[in-house]
Order: sequence, then structure tokens, then C-alpha cells
Amino acid sequence: MMALNGHLLTVLVFFPAFGALALLFLRGEDELWIRRLAFVVSTVEFLFSLFLLRAVPIGQAGYSLEEFAHWITWPPINYHLGVDGISLFLVILTTFLTPICVLASWQGVHHRLKEFHVMLLLLEVGVVGVFLALDLFLFFLFWEIMLIPMVFLIGIWGHERRIYAAVKFVLYTMAGSILMLVGIIWLYNATGTFDLPIIQRLIHDGQLVLSERTEMILFLAFFVAFAIKVPLFPLHTWLPDAHVEAPTAGSVILAGVLLKMGTYGMIRFCLPLFPDASRRAAPYVAVLAIIGIIYGALVALVQPNLKKLVAYSSVSHLGFVVLGIFAFHNISMQGAVFQMLAHGISTGALFLLVGMLYDRRHTFEISDYGGLSTPMPKLAAFFLFVVLSSLGLPMLNGFVGEYLILLGTYQAHWNWAAWAATGVILSACYLLWSYQRVFFGEVTHEKNRALADASAREKWILATMAVVTLWMGIGSPFFTRRFAEPCKAVLEQMNRNVMQEVAVPGAPPIASKGAAGNSTERLASR
Amino acid sequence: MISLNQQMLQSLRLVLPELIWCGTGVILMLIQPFLKNRQALTFLALVGAALGTLATFYGYFGTAFFGQIQFDTFSLFFHWLVGLISFLVILASDSYLERENLESAEFCALILFATTGMGVLASAQELLTAFIGLEMSSISSYVLAGYRRDSIKASESAVKYFLLGSFATAFFLYGIALLYGVTGSTNLAKLADADPSNNLLRLGLTLILVGLGFKVAAAPFQVWTPDVYEGAPTPVTALFSAGPKAATFALLLRIFSTIHAATQFWFWAFWILAALTMFVGNLGALVQSNVKRMLAYSSIAHAGYTLVAFAAVTSVRQDPEAVAPAYAAVLFYLASYALVSVGAFTVVSELGGRGERHLTFDDLAGLGTRQPFAAAGLSLFLLSLLGLPITAGFFGKFYIFKAAIHSDLLWLAILMAVNSVIGAYYYLRLIVVMYMREYKGTLPTDTPQGLSPTAAMVVAVAALITLYLGLAPNHVLGIVLSQNLISSAR
Repeated sequence: MMALNGHLLTVLVFFPAFGALALLFLRGEDELWIRRLAFVVSTVEFLFSLFLLRAVPIGQAGYSLEEFAHWITWPPINYHLGVDGISLFLVILTTFLTPICVLASWQGVHHRLKEFHVMLLLLEVGVVGVFLALDLFLFFLFWEIMLIPMVFLIGIWGHERRIYAAVKFVLYTMAGSILMLVGIIWLYNATGTFDLPIIQRLIHDGQLVLSERTEMILFLAFFVAFAIKVPLFPLHTWLPDAHVEAPTAGSVILAGVLLKMGTYGMIRFCLPLFPDASRRAAPYVAVLAIIGIIYGALVALVQPNLKKLVAYSSVSHLGFVVLGIFAFHNISMQGAVFQMLAHGISTGALFLLVGMLYDRRHTFEISDYGGLSTPMPKLAAFFLFVVLSSLGLPMLNGFVGEYLILLGTYQAHWNWAAWAATGVILSACYLLWSYQRVFFGEVTHEKNRALADASAREKWILATMAVVTLWMGIGSPFFTRRFAEPCKAVLEQMNRNVMQEVAVPGAPPIASKGAAGNSTERLASR
Repeated sequence: MISLNQQMLQSLRLVLPELIWCGTGVILMLIQPFLKNRQALTFLALVGAALGTLATFYGYFGTAFFGQIQFDTFSLFFHWLVGLISFLVILASDSYLERENLESAEFCALILFATTGMGVLASAQELLTAFIGLEMSSISSYVLAGYRRDSIKASESAVKYFLLGSFATAFFLYGIALLYGVTGSTNLAKLADADPSNNLLRLGLTLILVGLGFKVAAAPFQVWTPDVYEGAPTPVTALFSAGPKAATFALLLRIFSTIHAATQFWFWAFWILAALTMFVGNLGALVQSNVKRMLAYSSIAHAGYTLVAFAAVTSVRQDPEAVAPAYAAVLFYLASYALVSVGAFTVVSELGGRGERHLTFDDLAGLGTRQPFAAAGLSLFLLSLLGLPITAGFFGKFYIFKAAIHSDLLWLAILMAVNSVIGAYYYLRLIVVMYMREYKGTLPTDTPQGLSPTAAMVVAVAALITLYLGLAPNHVLGIVLSQNLISSAR
């Protein structure tokens, strides 16, 4: 542990990469060893990430374990990592789901196994990097790098229409992110730095004043990139394709973690950097989020395809998260962060279960199932548990997030909460109805009669997920008290001290009033 | 007082790289009848290319031949670049020539002659000298384009290139004549003082822009590019897309940074040229089914990205601070693109098989399993062209974005962003084909089995440089950001 001192975050980011490198030295035929090594690497990574819990102080905002190194001198790009209460659990969620994914692919994946695990570990590098980067440039770098392993995961190990889905996924994401790059460079030109905390301070202290129009353009440049990732209502069309075509492990990571990169980006970048634009955009964003909640639920309701149903339920659930963020209420913000984690676990578990059904029957059509609780009672029990957590049964994790979001949103805008609440009802409808059609009733297909129940491996996976689900539902303060302060800090950040004319001592001299004024003027004159 | 002789000797030091390149070419031609060993000839050419590049260390910063040659950081940079490119191309062409059963001595000699021309282009301080450089590189290129004599496509390529190329050269020459008419000089240092609002000067510069725009394949002067690139032997295509392009951009940059042309007029000229070139290149590449042709169109698109940086250079609202980064963006981009392009075309040249018959997207299906090394190399180059982080292409694009935004070219930056996404589609399509599709039917027997050792070396070198520039662009940037990059520039 001593060797890790001060470099825990770097280790967290790059350890899986070394694991991937080690995998390359194994022979492709040694399937078992490849799986074992990948599992060990990702589990060790998970254990490393648990050290974060000790390092992040409770009831305190601000970044811990910061690491700083100069990387490129011109323009000044720094290797700046840090963790706070919000990113803390997202990192742990990532490192938790990766070994689960390795386990979940134990039976299902045989084709080019080594590459599969290399991609999985590289994906982990990118995602953990995104959550820990405190330099805008570094953030963008990880954000883009993570695309490639994901595309390969969908495109090589996916189902029939995998290539279409992979290309659609990457084009959507890239279209958003390249505009974000333009926005990042614009911010750099105005401030002379890529460092997130510094830019935040400049904006908070009123040293960098953006004109209304500029702020809105920059806000949109970031927001659209994140909204595509979330995905927010009109930009969601890549998601069903990507989810359905991806292999189980891909879907779990995609739903569990990758979507959260969008909402995380909104909390970390959109709100603190462009507070006024966020406020002005909030009603529109909320409307889109509510449309997403209801639309996603309605489409899920009529889905004949089980995996697509889960995918659309993600659209609906992530709508809640966006709503919670843009209600600008302390409680709803905490709810949003909690819901991000809860959705990661419960939807991840749903995808695992759907994947297990697929391993047995090679179909996602609900009509091909029916009465499965007779041949596989244990799997059915786990499935029910996960469904209940996903629809927000009290004591389970989904309830806490949705409740907090609705509570906070109600206090800020009661009508938003009223609309969103219909989503809760609808989610109960589509989840329970689909559960009924898959597991209850008579066994309609002869093939289904002889299906094997959950194997020991599957039981371990599902039990782990179930325990976490239950713990998050009962022991939610363990989580909320760690990210309550950072959430509050984000909202405080939004009330900037425009009046404050006196330079803050210790503020860097790079962005004087003049430079900031200049840049606004420049854009306005175009 | 230095005597004239000494002065000439001093001057020779500055053209030593060109002398070595050209001399090696001549020697190759002379010993070809006596030496039949292909490897020995290639080795000699490689030694010549390397020695010529190293000879830049013997030079000094200054002018030579009474101000006709200017040797500064800028020319040094381009000498290294074209030297490296010709070295890699000669190395890559070895197996190609063997496969196609072509003479190697003439081929290498022509590449060295072309390199000489590019070297002259990079350091010409006088327009007629530049013209000689341009002609040297162009005429060698015409011959190289048609080097595969028995191929109809190659002959078409050569004739097309020659006819259109000489037409463009005429434009360039006419432009020089007009400039001479206005100022009484063809020396850039003297032209620098000319009144930029003079219409005749403007016309002359426009003609020069047209001539050079043809050479760099900027739309609307790009029509020849796909056919010529497709028909020429692939190593030659690699050279075309990298060497002459970089050298011509170098000349263009030198002319437009020396002559005080930073006016609204040039700004819009480059703006429109850049936007048009990007769209033509990317939209053209989108519908190609032949990999070589796709890369040809993509090369047009990349010329467009480079022109965005030119627009930033000539942007009227620039402040002196913004100029150096904009130059740096051009140079960095040219270097990164050139190396990536050489790498990509080398892989393509190897994959084509005898007669370059297997170059459609379908032919490359399943390459990821058949030839992991070639597929991985090509993917890396494609990702760099696409502009993904930790590759050279990303920083290239990043610096252009940065220069453009710094010069308030927000709209051009957005157009470039849109184009990057279009580009992403066709680059990814190739990667998808290589890794995610299986080959339909049985493989033809003449499909190449793997990269030849020399080509593999080129791919490895290009790949390493691509990653190096993507991870630590500092060193190269340090060179291109030096204060007096172009000595006579303001």
C-alpha cells in the first residue's frame, strides 16, 4: 500500500491497461487462463477502488487524492486527476461491474476471447479516466478513447445487426464530442487553462464573464455531447440498437456505466461552468427529460423484445436523473446521483439476467418464453427481485433514487414532479407485465420445459448484485452522506458572485478581466 | 571581405541535402546497367536519402546564392520531413517493385529527384527558384505516376497528371510574371514591401494560389487527385500524398507569410477554399468502394483541414500572438498527416497483391484475423486520420481547431468538426470491415499472405511516430513553435 501513496488514482486508471497488456502474452487457446487473469485483474482493480472510500472525507466537498503533473507544455495540458463524493461511487460502480462482466461472459463468449477481455479492460481504463480527470483536455481524451473498445465489443461480439449498431453508436457519440472539443478549446482561449478547478473558480468569482449568447453556445456544445450519451429524448435512437446488439457484458457496461458519463458530465461541467445558461435551459431540458421518462416507458410497454424493453427502461430511468439534476435542488441532485448508481446496479442485473436467458434459448422475444418459473425457479426469483428494485420498491435501491428525485423536484417545480411520477407507475406496468409474460403461466414452448436453472456461477453473480441492491436500499445513508456535500457544492457553485470585483488572492493571473472580456467580444462580433 | 568563391562554397552548404539527393539519383542511373542487384540499389538509394537528410546539420541559418535560398527553422523542418518520407517510401517500394517486376534503380532515382525538388521548394526564397523546385518534383512525379507501364490505369494517371499539372504550372508561372511586373523582383524579401492592395499583385497571387492549389489538391482544383492517386503505383501514391503536398504547402505558407497578405481578401479566399476542400474530400470519400480511392479523397479532405489553419494565419483579426501557433498548427498537421499517410498507403500497397487487384472494401473483410499486424497498423493510421486521441492526427486537428478558434473562425471550426464526423464514418467503415466482417467466399490464391519485412519496418516506424506524436507532441512542437520560424516573416 505504501507504494500506492499519492498515486492511487493513476494506478486505478492504468492498472487495467497493464492487465490488458499481460493478457496479450497469453496464448489464445488458454481460454481458462485468459478468463482467470482478466477476473483477477478486474477484481484487484475493484479492491484498489475501495481504498477511495477511506480517502474521500465525509461531509466535505472538494477533490481528494489529487494528482498533478505537466504533460504538454503548449498549450498547457496537465495530467490532473482527483476524486470527490460524486465520482467516487461511479468509479467503484465501474470497477465492480467489470469483474461481474468477466464472470458473465464465462460461458457465452468463446470467439476471440483474448481480444474480448483486452477490450473490456481497456474500456475500464477509459471510463475510470473519464470519472477521475480534472483537466478538460484529459477528460476529452478518455472520453474519446473509451469509444474504440466499446465499438469493438458491440461490433465483434454482438448479435445480428451489430455492425450497424456499432457504427451508429460511434457516430452519434463522436458528433457530440467533437463539438465539445470546440467548446473546450474555446474555454481554453478565454482562460488560458484546461484545468477544471481553476476554470470553475474563475467563473464562480466572476473573473470570467461570458455574454449570454456565448454562454449558451458553450453550454450547448457540452450539453449535447452529454445528452447524446445519457441519452436524452430526441437523441436516444442509438441506444436501443447498441444495447440490443451488444453482448451481455457490453450491455451491462453500457447501461451501467457509460450512460452515467453523460449525467456525470452535466453535473461536473454544464452546471458549474455555465450556471446561467443551465438555468435558462432548465425548463426545456426538463420537458425533454419528462418526455423521455414517459416515452421510454410507453415504448418499453409495447416491446416484444425483452432486451429492447430493458434498453427503453434505461431511457426512462435516465430521464429521472436528468430531471433531478436540472431541478437545481439539493435533494433532487442527491437523488440523481443515487439513481445513477442504482440504475447501474439494477439495469446491469437486468441485462445479466436477459443475457442468461439468451444463453439458454438464443432469443430475446418475449413470446418465445412464458412460464419459465417452472423450469427455473431460482432464476425467476432473482429476476423478480431485480425487477422490483428497478421499479422502485421501498427497501431496494431504485426507490431511494426516484424518491429523492421526486421529492426535490416537487419542492422546486411541483408540476415537473407530477408528470415524472407517471413514469414510476408506467415502469411498474411494463416491468411486471413483461415479468408475468416471461415467467408465469403455462410453459407454452416445449423447448422451455427443459431449461437449466441458474448455475453456481450465475447464482454467485446474481447474489452479489442482489446483496448490493438490498444494501443500497437499506443503507442508503452510507452513500448519500458521501456525496451530499459535493452535490450542495455544485449548486452553490451556480450562484456566482458577479458583484465581486476584487481579485481573489491566489487566483491565477492568466485570465485577467481583459482576456475574458476580449473573448466574449470576439465571439459576439462574429 | 569574403571572396565570391568562398561565398559560393558557403552557399553550397545550404543546398548540400539537395546535392546529395540529386547526386545519389544520378549515380543510381549510372550504375544501373552494371549492377543488377535490386537490394544493393535500394540500399544505395536509402543511404542517399538518409545522408541528404543528415546533411541539414552541416548547414547554417541564413541565405545563400544571393538571397535565392533561405535556410531557417522552417526549411530545416521540411527538409527532415521530405527526407524521412522519401526514405520510408523507398523502403516500402522495395517489395512492391519486386512483386510488380519493375526496375528499381530508375524508380529510386526519380523519388530522389522529386525529393530534391521538394527540398528546393521548402527553402526557396525566390519565386523562380521555387518554380524550378516545383518542376523538379512535378516532372519526376509524372513519370512515377506512369511507372507501371503495362497498366492502363497507370498510364491514364500519368497523362492526366501531366496535362493538368503542366496547366497548373503555367498558372503559377504567369502569377510570378505578374508579380515581377508589379514589383520588378521575384525575390520574396523584396515582394514583402509591395502594396498589398495593388490589384495586379492580387491577381498574380491569385494565379499562384491556383497553381499551388492544384498541387495540393485543394477544391475546386482537386479533380485529378482520385484518378491519379488510384492509378499510380501505391508507394508513389504514398509519396504524392505526403511529400509534394507538404513541400507545396510549405511554399504557399512562405509566400503568404512573407508578402503582407493578411487582408480580408486572402482570408476569405482561404476560408472558402478550406470549406470547399473539406466537404468535397469527405463527401467523395464517403461513397468509395476502393480503399486506395477512399484514401485519395481523404487526402483531399486533409488538405482542407490544413487550409483551415491557413485561413487562421491570414485571418484579419489575428494578433501577433496567434500567428506562431497557427504556423505551428500547419507544420504539425502536415508532418502528422504525411507520416500517417505513408504508413496507410504502404499497408494498402502490400495488401493489393500483384497488379493491385484486391483493394475493394470486400477484399479486406476479415483482415483482422488473417493479417493481424497489417490490420492493426492500418487501423492505427485510420484512427489517426480520424483524429482520435493518443495519435498524431488528434493533436494535428486539435492545434488547427485551436488556431482557428483563436483567430475567431468559429464557423470554420464548426464546419471542420462536422467534416471530422463525416470522415469518422468512412474510416470506421474500413476498420469495421477488417475486424467485424468475414471474407465472403474463398480467398483468391494470389492474395498476399503478410507484409514483407521492409514494408513491415515502414509500418512500424510510421506507427511509432504516430503514437509518439500523439503522446508527446512537445518535442516537435518545440521546433515548429520557435520564434523566428520563417526568418523573413514579421
